[in-house]
Amino acid sequence: MNQNGDITMHLDHALSPRGASIPLEVSDPVFTLDDVSVFYGDYEAIRNVTLPIGKNEITAFIGPSGCGKSTLLRSFNRMNDLILGSHLKGVVAYHGTDIYGPDVDPIEVRRKVGMVFQKPNVFPKSIYENVAYGPKVNGAKGNLDDVVEECLTRAALWNEVKDDLKKSAYALSGGQQQRLVIARCIAVKPEVILMDEPCASLDPIATAKIEDLMVELANDYTIVIVTHNMQQAARVSDRTAFFTAELDDNEVRHGRLVEFGRTRELFSSPGDTRTEDYISGRFG
Amino acid sequence: MQNQLAGRGTLLRDRVFMWLLFISLAIGVLTLAILLIYVTVKGWPRLDLRLFTNMPSVRDAQNAGAQSAITGTIWVISFTALIALPTGVLAALHLEEFARPDSRFQRFIEINIQNLAAVPSIVYGILGLAVFARALALGQSVITASLTLALLVLPVIIISTREALRAVPRNIRDGSLALGATEWQTAYRQTLPAAIPGIATGTILALSRAIGEAAPLLLLGAVSFITFNPDGVLSGYTTLPIQIFNWTKESREEFQVLAAATIVVLLLLLLAMNFVAIWIRNRTQKRW
Repeated sequence: MNQNGDITMHLDHALSPRGASIPLEVSDPVFTLDDVSVFYGDYEAIRNVTLPIGKNEITAFIGPSGCGKSTLLRSFNRMNDLILGSHLKGVVAYHGTDIYGPDVDPIEVRRKVGMVFQKPNVFPKSIYENVAYGPKVNGAKGNLDDVVEECLTRAALWNEVKDDLKKSAYALSGGQQQRLVIARCIAVKPEVILMDEPCASLDPIATAKIEDLMVELANDYTIVIVTHNMQQAARVSDRTAFFTAELDDNEVRHGRLVEFGRTRELFSSPGDTRTEDYISGRFG
Repeated sequence: MQNQLAGRGTLLRDRVFMWLLFISLAIGVLTLAILLIYVTVKGWPRLDLRLFTNMPSVRDAQNAGAQSAITGTIWVISFTALIALPTGVLAALHLEEFARPDSRFQRFIEINIQNLAAVPSIVYGILGLAVFARALALGQSVITASLTLALLVLPVIIISTREALRAVPRNIRDGSLALGATEWQTAYRQTLPAAIPGIATGTILALSRAIGEAAPLLLLGAVSFITFNPDGVLSGYTTLPIQIFNWTKESREEFQVLAAATIVVLLLLLLAMNFVAIWIRNRTQKRW
């Protein structure tokens, strides 16, 4: 057990790796998951998750492949709706409203909850049009130059592309493309940004830039990130949820939430041996 | 010491197989080349401006041309494209982007479209005669021909458009939907534009098939001898394949030459269309 862990254990407020003061319990949740299970047909990808997501915090989901963490992430903006045969049990509440409730339009949910994907999925359009697309489909009229500049600046990309706005987004490097996707995402003015392994296809330098950007964006946005990179979770996140894949009594595999807590505590003094094994590299 | 890396020499089996491939290729290419050379040489004496400026005749072979057939072909194929392209693309968009792929109705439609693409063109001619020419009383007009040929190419356009849409990666759609775009916005602002190269090439190839069709038009009554250019969709018409057919029926050698020259014009038109298709495909390289 390292010293850091001992010091921060159970303090009401403790500094997270990025230097934010994080309360022991989530005090101002944006999302509250209550007993959430997600199914693809008969297959239960993840079972009985109860978890809060704190406002302006960075929450990391870690765990071995197939533990359902990406599936869970995609239930925050109803992207799983697009997969045939998927359904959800339990309650995913956004500021107290069940986003799977009868009066909720998934389109509206996705305007509030943006998403960055594993592979930078820029549109086959110009850099400018990539950023302007979100405001346009959401009804923005007139000149979007200011919005484009602001979002590219916030995504730390403006200086690199300001003279090439009309160029195809495919001309950018992988890391630049991923920052463009982030700029595109914040152009819709979401409250939450979901990131599904955003650095999985990037080199370490591009990864570092995205991580810096995440820390910067956490001042204004609530971020949930799925990552396979435990160092990344340890570097940027305020809280970490550790998931694992288990066999139940009927020998059926499903994802489970093992442990959820402030990142420093979870990494320095995990409460569950499965967490400890995973973060120390003994499996996964 | 023996060289372990020495080759085994080319096996006889390998060489025979290679020759087999080559011969198969040569059969196709040579036949086409011989055909092209034959019609060009035969039609050469009449491959001049008269073909484009003069009207057909069955008496005066010296001054006969194919102007009405050329303009007729352009009229018919333009309206075919105008009818078949939007219909086919919208149908494909519905099948690919909006219909539920697991429904029985969807599977039924899919099988039917594939079958329709294999229906002989003469059957479309019978349909056109019964429905457009007779029931709708459109007669032997440009629009009857265009509607019939549009039905003929529709399944091909639907199938190639669906393939082009399917080639657009899922993550482009996901990216759009995740920004709060509706499925309709995603389809017409992202998926459809990204699929345009594939749609364009598929459509042009389908139309170049329609341009060479004589059988359904013969049934529709386009055999009649036309010495005027169409002046509207209800106007009478003739097309290049029909004109070629009419001239080859004549016994005098001059008309055979004329037919060969007209075949060259038709082939050039087809090659030009296919060239445009290839050009579009190469110009818009896949970017994902």
